[in-house]
Amino acid sequence: MGYCPNTPDDIRDMLAVIGAASVQELFAPIPPELRAKSFDLPPGMSELELMRLMREKAAACGADITPFIGGGIYDHFIPAAVDHLASRAEFYTAYTPYQPECAQGTLQALYEYQSAICRLTGLEASNASLYDGGTAVAEAALMSLRITDRHKVVLDASVNPLHREIVTGYLHGLSAEAVVVAPDGCASDLARLMASIDDETAAVIVQSPNFFGSVQDFRELAQKAHDHEALLVVSCYPIALGLVASPGEMGADIAVGEGQSLGNHVSFGGPYFGFIATRKRFIRNLPGRIAGETIDHQGRRGFVLTLQAREQHIKRHKATSNICSNQSLCALRGLIFCAALGKKGFEDLGLLNYDKAQYAKSVLGAVRGVDLLNPGATFNEFTVALPKDAAEVVQRLLDKGVAAGVPLGQYYPGMERALVVTVTEKRTKEEIDRLAALLEEVLWS
Amino acid sequence: MELIFEKSVSGRTGVRVPLSDVPTAAPLPDELTRKEPVRLPEVGELDLVRHYTNLSRRNFSVDTNFYPLGSCTMKYNTKVTENVGGLFASCHPMLALLPGGDKLVQGPLAVIHELERQLAEITGMEEVTTQPLAGAHGEMTGIMVIAAYHKARGDEKRKYVIVPDSSHGTNPASAAMAGYEIVTVPTAPYGDMDLDLFRQAMNDEVAAVMLTCPNTLGLFNPHIAEICAIAHEGGALTYYDGANLNAILGKVRPGDVGFDVIHVNLHKTFGTPHGGGGPGSGPIGVRGDLVRFLPTPRVVRRDDGSYAVEDHPEGIGRVSDFFGNFAIMMRAYAYITLLGREGLIEVSEQAVLNANYMMARLKEEYDLPFDQTCMHECVFSASRQVQSGVHAIDVAKYLIDRGFHPPTVYFPLNVKEAIMIEPTETESKQTMDAFIEVMLEAARLARENPERLHQAPVTTPVGRLDETRAARMQQVCCE
Repeated sequence: MGYCPNTPDDIRDMLAVIGAASVQELFAPIPPELRAKSFDLPPGMSELELMRLMREKAAACGADITPFIGGGIYDHFIPAAVDHLASRAEFYTAYTPYQPECAQGTLQALYEYQSAICRLTGLEASNASLYDGGTAVAEAALMSLRITDRHKVVLDASVNPLHREIVTGYLHGLSAEAVVVAPDGCASDLARLMASIDDETAAVIVQSPNFFGSVQDFRELAQKAHDHEALLVVSCYPIALGLVASPGEMGADIAVGEGQSLGNHVSFGGPYFGFIATRKRFIRNLPGRIAGETIDHQGRRGFVLTLQAREQHIKRHKATSNICSNQSLCALRGLIFCAALGKKGFEDLGLLNYDKAQYAKSVLGAVRGVDLLNPGATFNEFTVALPKDAAEVVQRLLDKGVAAGVPLGQYYPGMERALVVTVTEKRTKEEIDRLAALLEEVLWS
Repeated sequence: MELIFEKSVSGRTGVRVPLSDVPTAAPLPDELTRKEPVRLPEVGELDLVRHYTNLSRRNFSVDTNFYPLGSCTMKYNTKVTENVGGLFASCHPMLALLPGGDKLVQGPLAVIHELERQLAEITGMEEVTTQPLAGAHGEMTGIMVIAAYHKARGDEKRKYVIVPDSSHGTNPASAAMAGYEIVTVPTAPYGDMDLDLFRQAMNDEVAAVMLTCPNTLGLFNPHIAEICAIAHEGGALTYYDGANLNAILGKVRPGDVGFDVIHVNLHKTFGTPHGGGGPGSGPIGVRGDLVRFLPTPRVVRRDDGSYAVEDHPEGIGRVSDFFGNFAIMMRAYAYITLLGREGLIEVSEQAVLNANYMMARLKEEYDLPFDQTCMHECVFSASRQVQSGVHAIDVAKYLIDRGFHPPTVYFPLNVKEAIMIEPTETESKQTMDAFIEVMLEAARLARENPERLHQAPVTTPVGRLDETRAARMQQVCCE
């Protein structure tokens, strides 16, 4: 199947205008010795055959597993309006809004998105989104290096280990250094984090809730960072922000996070979006696109991409980042999700996630031999210690149709018996009770 | 139009959150609790649907308007691939990283592996990784691979990356992100990177040369193999920016020519939608001895035909959380499978035919700085129109009034008053003719009534917007 509409007559007429005898002649600038040595692909197929093939593949994607797993990506409810509105072709088949007069739809949506992110994070300036949560943490690290003109970041090891890998990769080429501070059990070791900040530190990077699910107060950490003219970067989980104090309230200078849980499907790895927000005085150091408000010659309000002098198409190698595409459509989904739930719905959703996880904590904690490892506050995840190797237990529970959690041994040597369990609003009491029963069974029978 | 926040009415609710089926828990400690609810809009579902439906109507898009943006490849987004894109929506990526989890996700792992094989064959590379999340992210990943290669050889003095002045801005920015300094080589009068100046710039401190071919002027550089050879003689590696790959499918494979690393913009070449500025997807391919530096994890095919996820111990680490923008990759995989070998070759042939037709019909009225057979796009200059006070931007805005999305203007930077047109293979002669008539009309108006062009656009919800004011006010969110 092809989508090239020109008929043989069209092609003949066009070649006549060009003054070429054949389409092949147009490829004459390519010397024969550079021609492809191979192009070994199967012939095309019909839509019907394609859908058959794809459905076969989709049959093997773990759809019948009950997930108690997160790792930064969460199985949340998505209101039907999100899929419907984001599927409008005027949004999804448009390009970057470089011609603002015929892209007010995208531009206003991005401005509204930025407004929602500022309100969630308690900060004053947001960009129009980044690739994903992990690259957002890395961009925040780079941003702090630019702002402070320093080359060291203090990185809390309870930040998502997948994200930490991305951060260290990004820093590596720039000869910047990440000082990784081990957690105290399942909580950030605030004392050691504070002791690691000095006058060389660009930023201290923490996560809330952290990879183990713990929620902590970072106000003192922020103060200590600021005493050394370093920044506090908080990677946050947006659903938690319906309930938990915002990074802005905690004294953060930059808030970042994975936006997936705001209306984007888990989709085996993406697309998702990363968000980033900061204090207004750092706006020129933000990476990526920013939509801004302005007026036309008649005084009508409109929106444009602004502060473009930071960006790669103008500043080239001196740009704040190489980011060209953002994740506009994913950000739009995030915005529609926030607006659909609204002030009350968003708070209710946070509470529901909190209550469900607290319930799961109580029933799993009651399973013989299982210990709860976060003594302090947690949001929708928590860590348990099992009497057996957690990877083994998870594998056995997978065979029973439940993804019980993320075993920690592969990320935190020494924590082979620890398991992070995630509970979103989608998990029912029945599913939670079943998880506890299955766990009991696998551990003791 | 009002903002959704301005439509908010205190106490109004939209989507209802389910009731809890578990006991209410003891609240979080006070110091950890948010002081007041997030000030999100309070609107009903119908308000919400009308608001975003009406906003969408303020956009030009491929499905509503011809969108001949050069360098961006705004072709038709086939609908069946959209249907495919959502098939794995509920598949959690963490499943693949759990012990024993890979057997549950054989479907998506197969798609990743097969797409990597398809792209390797199309580009002439040994192996591909789908991890990078956009073209520029692929560039950075590719340069990180190149850095790892030099480092593994103990060749650590290399600190420069060469780019031509016509390159995409992402090339130098990505190389800088990977820690390199940039050397820019100017374009020669024939439209390609000046070979002599390139020779002079090459030395044993150069890590890589980044090129697009066809380049951003739409020209195929016949010296491309020579450039690769010179780079390799000097110990540097060659990077192919695959942004313009749709011009040469089945005709040229960068791997055969001598390129070591390539990224592919799935949203350009393989027709996944641009989404108003993303998500994109930027897999990279590498030649044989660079495979070990690809990022972790890797999807591998076992001897029994099943798929597994493996760490890649010598690789550059992780550049995204999981396997890349999977639902975008799905669409590209479906597109390649649907079109097949002959369909992809037709893509290039028709894209090149359409661009040359556009070029032939417009060159009487618009200056053509590089008058040669072009590939998938052509670059004009509005310098003739400037004599009557009309700039490229005025022509662009007039096109909006006539229902066409403007071409790319003021890029590439080495052409004054650039107007860069890429019709793509999915547009018909009739659509192009209608566009050409308006372009010719704009040229006539430039001579006879330039004011009309200066006033444009007049049919859009807002007229030309004050960008200086936006930058000065820095109003980026509502109070």
